[in-house]
Amino acid sequence: MSEDFSRFFKPGCVHRQLYTDPAIFELEMARIFGIAWIYIGHESQVKKPGDYFATQIGRHPVVMTRDAEGQLRVIHNQCAHRGAMVVATEKGSADEFTCCYHGWTYHLDGRLKAVPLNHGYPRDFRVGDPKMAMQPVARVKSYRGFIFASEAVDGPDLEGSLGHMTTSLDDMIDRAPDGEIEAAGGVFKHAYDGNWKVYFENLCDAAHPLFAHRSSIEAAQAQSDAVHSDGSGEIAIRQMRQNGAPYSFWESQVGIWTYPNGHSYLGDYHDDSKLVAALKDPVFRDYLTALEKKKGKKEAQRILEVRRWNSNIYPNVSLMSQFQQLRVVHPIAVNRTVVHTYSFRLKGAPEQMFRNTVSFANIVNGTGSLVLTDDLEIYNRIDLGLSSQGAEWLQIGRGYQSDLPDQHSGRKGVNSTSEVYIRNMLDAWQGYMNNGSTGLGAETARAAS
Amino acid sequence: MAKKQKSRPKVAASSRRRVTPLRGRPQPAASLDLHRCVQFIEHETRLLDEAKFDDWLALFAADGWYWVPSEPGQNNPHDTVSLIYDDRRLLETRVRRLASPRMYSQEPRSRTSRVVTNVTIEEAEGRAATVRSKFLMIEYRREQQRLFAGTAWHRLVQIDGAIRIAWKRVDLVNCDAPLDGITQPF
Repeated sequence: MSEDFSRFFKPGCVHRQLYTDPAIFELEMARIFGIAWIYIGHESQVKKPGDYFATQIGRHPVVMTRDAEGQLRVIHNQCAHRGAMVVATEKGSADEFTCCYHGWTYHLDGRLKAVPLNHGYPRDFRVGDPKMAMQPVARVKSYRGFIFASEAVDGPDLEGSLGHMTTSLDDMIDRAPDGEIEAAGGVFKHAYDGNWKVYFENLCDAAHPLFAHRSSIEAAQAQSDAVHSDGSGEIAIRQMRQNGAPYSFWESQVGIWTYPNGHSYLGDYHDDSKLVAALKDPVFRDYLTALEKKKGKKEAQRILEVRRWNSNIYPNVSLMSQFQQLRVVHPIAVNRTVVHTYSFRLKGAPEQMFRNTVSFANIVNGTGSLVLTDDLEIYNRIDLGLSSQGAEWLQIGRGYQSDLPDQHSGRKGVNSTSEVYIRNMLDAWQGYMNNGSTGLGAETARAAS
Repeated sequence: MAKKQKSRPKVAASSRRRVTPLRGRPQPAASLDLHRCVQFIEHETRLLDEAKFDDWLALFAADGWYWVPSEPGQNNPHDTVSLIYDDRRLLETRVRRLASPRMYSQEPRSRTSRVVTNVTIEEAEGRAATVRSKFLMIEYRREQQRLFAGTAWHRLVQIDGAIRIAWKRVDLVNCDAPLDGITQPF
């Protein structure tokens, strides 16, 4: 498919084929997931030499490892001999990696270490041959412990690609009194029958909670606070009630910002004293004391004034810096997606704060959450709806042509329910798909906008 | 916090312990014998299959909780995320939502069929017992059928002559797999 992808866009509209066509999905895997900086994991997932974490770039299995020298690596999870996947468990610790097929053994950085019966291979076969390795992914970079990789040999550097979104990653870390965070508390893996893009297109959608989440909002509003809670359910119920903020609040108070390369974030909508910074809460008071002690009063205040809900780093990671959550989107097929979500512990913060984070994760990202299950239903229904022969063009025109400029070369929605962030992602999409192999600068296609 | 942990025996550890069946032992009249436990769990299963969630909720103690861990052998619901972890307050909210016509993930509704078997009493202190059982649950919804399997742990207590669930833990065999949304209690 070498055509110009702009034909899938009209002002304020996108063609439904983008979400249903397996051929487009295949190209996305090559031209977006095969090119862009893809979030792999956090360095705390591989703390010691030998620790590994197996994941995917698009559909390509890779392994993040820490080698014997403590260097972080991302290597393709494929034996150089006959191609079998070498690392078969999701995480663990190893001295070396051994292929189960013929016993080829690899160093933690992917270099071949030893080959049994090696006299049988061709005369020029050498264990030290760099081709005989679990190949390194072309480019691997850390932004303050967040590990990204790109399968493209050339292209814009990580920080340039992230642009202003580094401030959301900073916010994730800055909130830790000790200036360090660690992935902790397990992982959710929720799945749905639907395209990967619709997940991102929901993350900054401030117009949907009052409709999609009405059942959980109403159930939480009707809940008596006199009933026993160990603190966990209280957090969940408060969060569901927050989703019921009046429409005028969603519309005008939250704010939506978008940046080059498809990135965006939605401002925060919480005013609940338990869920966000408030002196009334003893756990938060302890936290604030620790933060001020380590960072100073002024810096602590600056940190807590950064208020963002979802920050989306296109194309595969979204974080809630204020709530220590991170979601990684794994496209499986044009109509199947799996999302892995992680929680982070703020080092130096009270232990109860992390337990609150776990409770928050359960309601916001949990597979059995009273909230998320309705989002997953929406994704399924989009896929089912798009299989009809109804409207060919999907509307992404809320706030169309009324975007405001942002000082960090971005665009801000005229109000918080603007679909500017969808148009912005699809602009990046076009840039990747049309360019094929080159990276993107600030000036990308703007047909949808 | 310490008090709470004390009231929660480490279920995963006890599962490896040798089981002493209570059958045949002389028990005081009010004790929870295996027969009563099986009857209770079968009754609970039936309520769930018949979507009588209010009645199911009423089986829980006033400070009861319901837990579906996200990891095999998960130690507690506080330091690691859970597919479901509902204290009594959240469990009430969950059940209230299940009755909502605007619960879109239940439009259409699921139908479920559960089988419970291999029921054993793992620990018993006269009027209270920790009961282990195996279950299979079929969930049918919108032309798709899903199969869940695992081990359930009930902490049953007697309050005013009635059996109540102090806590229930459900260990799905595939708890750490990618899963589509879970709306039906197990």
